[in-house]
Parts: sequence; structure tokens; C-alpha cells
Amino acid sequence: MVEFTLQREDWSLHRKGHIDQERHREKVREAIREHLADLVSDESLIMSDGKQIIKIPIRSLEEYRIRYNFQKGKHVGTGSGDTAVGDLVARGKPDTDGQPGPGQGEGAGSEPGVDYAEAEVTLDDIQQELFRELELPDLAEKDEADMVVDTVEFRDVRKKGITANIDKKRTLLQALRHAKKDDRVVITPDDLRYKTWETIVKPDSNAVILAMMDLSGSMGLFEKYCARTFFFWMTRFLRTKYANVQIRYIAHHTEAHEVDEEYFFTKGESGGTICSSAYQYALDMVNREYPPERYNIYPIHFSDGDNLTSDNEKCVQLVKELSSVSRMFGYAEVNQYSRSSTLMSAYGKLQIPRFRTYVIRDKSEIYGALRHFFSQQQGVKSA
Amino acid sequence: MNHRELEELERAIERMMDLARAFGLDIYPMRFEVCPADVLYTFGAYGMPTRFHHWSFGKTFHKMKLEYDLGLSRIYELVINSNPCYAFLLDGNTLLQNKTVCAHVLGHCDFFKNNAAFRHTSRDMVERMASSAERIYRYELEYGRRRVEELLDAGLAIAEHVDPSEEGRNARRVAKERMYRQRLGQRAEPPRRAREPGPYDDLFALDGPLPEPEEESIPARVLNKDVMLFIIEHSSALEEWERDILSMLREEMLYFWPQLETKIMNEGWATYWHLRIMREMDLSDEEAVEFAKMHSSVVLPSRTSINPYHVGLAIWEDIERRWNEPTKEEQERYGRRPGEGREKMFEVREMETDVSFLRNYLTKDLIEKLDLYVYQKVGNDWRVVEKDWEKVRDALVASRINGGIPVLYVEDGDYRRNGELLIRHAFEGMELDLRHLEKVLPYFYRLWGRPVHLQTVVEGRDVIFSYDGKKVQRSFLKD
Repeated sequence: MVEFTLQREDWSLHRKGHIDQERHREKVREAIREHLADLVSDESLIMSDGKQIIKIPIRSLEEYRIRYNFQKGKHVGTGSGDTAVGDLVARGKPDTDGQPGPGQGEGAGSEPGVDYAEAEVTLDDIQQELFRELELPDLAEKDEADMVVDTVEFRDVRKKGITANIDKKRTLLQALRHAKKDDRVVITPDDLRYKTWETIVKPDSNAVILAMMDLSGSMGLFEKYCARTFFFWMTRFLRTKYANVQIRYIAHHTEAHEVDEEYFFTKGESGGTICSSAYQYALDMVNREYPPERYNIYPIHFSDGDNLTSDNEKCVQLVKELSSVSRMFGYAEVNQYSRSSTLMSAYGKLQIPRFRTYVIRDKSEIYGALRHFFSQQQGVKSA
Repeated sequence: MNHRELEELERAIERMMDLARAFGLDIYPMRFEVCPADVLYTFGAYGMPTRFHHWSFGKTFHKMKLEYDLGLSRIYELVINSNPCYAFLLDGNTLLQNKTVCAHVLGHCDFFKNNAAFRHTSRDMVERMASSAERIYRYELEYGRRRVEELLDAGLAIAEHVDPSEEGRNARRVAKERMYRQRLGQRAEPPRRAREPGPYDDLFALDGPLPEPEEESIPARVLNKDVMLFIIEHSSALEEWERDILSMLREEMLYFWPQLETKIMNEGWATYWHLRIMREMDLSDEEAVEFAKMHSSVVLPSRTSINPYHVGLAIWEDIERRWNEPTKEEQERYGRRPGEGREKMFEVREMETDVSFLRNYLTKDLIEKLDLYVYQKVGNDWRVVEKDWEKVRDALVASRINGGIPVLYVEDGDYRRNGELLIRHAFEGMELDLRHLEKVLPYFYRLWGRPVHLQTVVEGRDVIFSYDGKKVQRSFLKD
């Protein structure tokens, strides 16, 4: 008689897979950090609705082996009875233009033998890493009573929880998944899903960002792209990390006017450039609506530096005035070809600690600009 | 599973063990464990419950678990080649599913115990992997997690390149003995054992005595497929603890190897036996329907690959039929007598691996009946390019050579007289994945400590890929 045993042990402390999965996640995060500069300026992200999953090449996550090139090989498959030479087995994705690197003839799909070559990273993953590094500089306590806000957010779904928090939609979906085609849908205890909440503590800042952008004719596609990408991340960062931060959008060419968010991010204008118009508009806004003793004020201005020369002196004057009421005033110049700009040379001589400038020559420097402006000390200097 | 179901399963297993024995299956003592999904998936990802920690296992675990949670796929069971034989059952399975799984597992256990490819595997691997894991953990404490992880990354990338033959398996021990003898100032080779005089001795005598093998630092030819061992023995860049970890990876690979070589046979065998055993169990009508559903989902054929359960089962049943009812011609030519099906199956189960199994028993009739075909990429699409049965069989056999892993040899451990490593890919018509190749070279370099070169064939031309610690270069060799 051959012996056997049958038993069920308590496995509840068995965490091995989870521990190593956590290490894998950690490595993904490391890889994201390494690629942040590229990711932050990725066009597909800015256009996306925020739910999109993008794939980035993260080398350390793939397990490389000496293996055959599946794409070039012959493989054996099984038909359903009367397969003939020439029959279609699977449709392939069209090859890319022969560029090496990720995406070459690969990607998930109906194609056989293809692994995910890249790690999947969501916008949230990138945000999480990016926003860890950013903060509003020199944020002052303006009104102590409101400084901290507790909010409750439902942001996780679990298998255990209290009945009041059952997530009906997910539970039903789960039951549907288990149900065989013709069977009645039965909800088993295993299908139950509960929402769980987390208490979020957000510093209440009483802060206002005055986002100013030059929309004159000299601002080309590249310049606008950099500016908008910067503001895109800035907006998300502020909304994620702080409660009650207001953002006001000011567009200008020779004149300035306030626009709504959508206009700011999508529309182009034309004409010459008088930057002081925006500064004056911002200053008026501050005087009217945001007394500095109650608000942390952060003006940020994007331009290509191509300002009407006679206006520069006025700009310097207004920068001084605006800086004196602000916690930080950021001026970013998108200057692809390193032209010497009159505006920047005027600002270069200024010695105001709260006034920070940054030159973006390349898309990847948007990330540097974010870190430069949104850190306690002046962050990464442009090279 | 509730308590009542567990009790019923226990009774069912008892009956199945009796049935298995009556059928002639020969199995180790069995240890069935019922465990929750995440535990089962952990074992699936690691290949063994007791294996060491590495992020790549965590990644696999997560992927498998996710697919299970989303209802995309599931593994019903996991069985470990050891004595006693461990089988892990999924707690979430129905009673009938777990009965089927147990029957299936008995087939695997018989195969592990009796197939020749498994003859030399360590049956105490559960404990050995546990102690390896323990040792690797101690190295982590001593040398830091980062350093150990980085070494494991490199080691796992090349661990498939071992020599699983009997000679290769023992090579490390032999090499150690040689080093030991050299240290003692003795001859490098152990003295030949005196042997019984054989019928061909007079022929050997004509050639005179065999020359003594030359004393040299580069080991004998048989080691050369074992790139892993060559690096362990001859790298100048490794510290002792690093060699130790690589040796553990190599040993684990040698343990897993027979399973790579017998996938179709082994799954087909287990499927064959779960059918036979479950047929003998008294199933209610409801259970019979559930069993039929489960079985057919297991043997579902795939357009783009070979399902080992499906094709393996078909071959086994074909062997049984052909040896049970031999044609007149077969009876006359081969002296086959009717009714020898099972006997033949047990013989095949002992002797073959997938390559010879397919070569010898995947017949023209079967290939046509199963509608197997060869497909490849034509333009952007994958199309059927071959239906001729011999070509189909050969393509399938080719895909199973060396467990489906490209064969590498160490060509020169002192390449360019500079201590560089030259590895040659034994090209047999299938090109390597160059993106992967270029990423693996730095791992070789990490372990070898000097520039590494890998020779292969691309677009019909000999190419050497080289990595010098900074970048990968490829150079075409002139004919």
C-alpha cells in the first residue's frame, strides 16, 4: 500500500510571493525615476485623458535570456480539421519603421509568442514619483485654523470589509466573471468586494498660482508644447498634493487677459509681445483679490524671451514688485536654440531670492523646470 | 473546500491510489496539500515552495495571480518531483475538480519516478532548495541585498546553459576531484579502474595504449556545453560566495531540466491516467458532466501553439491502440501481438524524452487527424506554410531540442590570448533574438570579468557579438 496524506495547513503567514512582488514594484519605481525626464515630456501623456496606460522601456524589469527570435521562426499549431497552406493563423501588427528598441514589431495583441517587452506604467505611477519631489516653496501659514484638512477618499477595493461599504458594481462584475455562459449568476462570498477609505491629510495652503503664458506669434509649436506640458503637470501636482490651491490663467501677447483652463491649454493667438502686460494684470489681480497677508502667491510665466525691447525695463520693475508680494516668482524661457534673449539678460542681473529663472532648450528639461520651481531652494539649475 | 468535502476527497484519493496501483502505476508516497490561490501561485512562480527570493519570481507570481483574479486562466494544481511527492491543490476548486487533479497528479508522480530523464534528479530538492535559500539569505546579510540581487540577475540570465547529461551532471564533482588531486601533486585523472576483459579488447590493443590526456587548465570537451560550469570554474572575477550562489542556480537548473525535456510526454501521460482513473470512479451524472467539461478545457487545442495535454494524450492513446490492434503487416513484420498496448506504453514512458517521443510516435495519420501545421510570418501576418506531415513533425521535434533553448558552447576561454570568453551558438537554422542577446552579454561579462564574444548566424552570415564592458559591437566574419 502506497501511503498518502491529505492536509490543509494555515498558509496565512505565507508572504513570499507578495514580498518579491513588492521588490519588483520597487524596481519599477526606480526605473520610472530614472526615466522621469523623458516621461514627463511624453506627448502621449499630455494628450491623454489620464487613464491611459503607456509603456516605457524599463530594462531591468525584463528577464533577458538567450532565446530564439520568434518572429523569424517556424512554429507548429493545431487547426480544427481542414487547414490548408496559406490560411491565416494570426494577424500581426505592422512593423514600425525598422527602428530598434521597444515596439519593434512587438506589443501585446493577437500575435503569437510575443511578451510584453516593456513595463506598463500608468499616469498615476509617474505622478506618484514625480510629485514626491515637488512642493510649493516657502509656503507660509496664512490662516492657522485652516491649515490642515482631513478628507476621506475611497481609493481601494478589497475582499474584506464592512457591509455598508460593499462595492456593488465590482461585486456583480466578479460574479459575472465566474458565471458560466448559461448559468444563473450567483454571488458567492468570494465575489464580494468592499470599498475601503483612507484619510488624506492635505496641507491647506491658501495659495494661488498665477499661470502666465506668452501666446504671441513668435511662440511656435515647440514653445507652446513645453509651456503647456509644464502647466499640465503643475496643475495635476497642485490638485493632488494641496487642498484649495487656486490657479488663474493669464494669456498675453501685447495685451493680457484672463482665460479659462481649456483656452489656456489649447488655443493659440498671435501678435507681438509685451510681457509687462501680463505682470501688470497679475499685480492688479493680487491687489484686487489676493491680499499677500492671507495668500501665498506664486506667479509663473512662460515665454520665448522675444519681448519688445522697450518693454524690458518695465518688466524688470514689475518683477520686483510682484516678487515682493509673492512666495516665489518663476520665469521659464523656452529657448530651443540658445538665442541670447533680451528679457533673460535683463533678468539675469536681478538679485531677488524669490525670483527664479530657468531656460528650457529641450523637452526633457521640462522636468528640470518643475523641480527648479517647486522645491524649497532653487532646484536644478539649467545647464 | 469544506470539512465534509475534504473527508470525501480523502476517501476518493484512497480509491484512486488503489486504482493506480491496479493499472500498474508506480508512485512515490504522496503528500497532498490544500492551499489558497496566492500560495499555489507562489509555488507556480518559484517552481518550488522553498526557493530563494528574487524579484523576477515576484513578477511572475503577480502576473499569474492577476490572471487568476480576472478569471483569465488558472492552474488547478502543482506537483513537485520529489520523494515523497508533493501535490498542491487549490482550495477554491470544486470537489470534483480536486479529484481530477489528484488523479492527474498520480500520473505525473509515476512519470517522475520511472522516466529515464529523471533518473539522476535529486529527489530531496525540496530540502536542498530550502537550504540554498537559507544560504543565499545569509549572503544577503553579509554582502548586502543589492549585490546578491545583482549577481542573481546575471546568474539567472545564463543559468539555462548547463549540460544535463550524466557526464555534465557530474562534471563539477569530477573537476573538484581533479583540482584536489593536482593540489596533492598527483596525476590529474584518477587511475582507470581495472575492468573485466571485454570481447573487443583485441581491437583496442591494435591501436596501442590511449594517450594520457594533456594537463591543461581548460577542461575537457564534455564540459563545454556547460557554460555555467565553465564560468563557475574558470572565471577570474568571482568571489567564493558568488561561485557558491552560481553553483546553486546550476544545481536547481539541472533539477528542472528533465521537466523541460518531457513536457509533452509528461502532461499527456498524466492526462491519459486522469481519464482512466476518473472513469473508474463512481461519478454522479452531474459530476460526469463537470468532469467532461473540465477535461475538454484542459485538452483544448491552440491555433498558435501545441497544447501538450492535447497532443501528448493523442500520441499515448495512439500508441495504445496501435499495439493493442496491430495490423497484419505489423504482426508479421515486427512480431507484434494484439493486446500489448499498455506494456508498450510503460516501455515508452521509461525510455523516451519529447524529442524521441515525437520522432518515433507522432505518425502521419496522427498529424493529419490532429490537423497540425507549420506556420510562420508572411508579411505582417502569420500563415500556414506547411502541411506535409514529415515537415510538421520535424518542425515540432526541432522546437523541443534542448528543451527549446538555444545550445551554446564555450569555444575558447582565452580568446585572443587575452583571457576573453568566446561562446558559440550551435546554429541549426533558427536565429537568436538579438535584442535579448545584446542584453545578456553584459551579464556574461559581469560573471566572466573580461570581454565576452558570442558567435552566431544572422541572415546567413557568421557574426560575432562582443561586449567589452562598455558597449555591444557586432562584426561579420568573412567566409
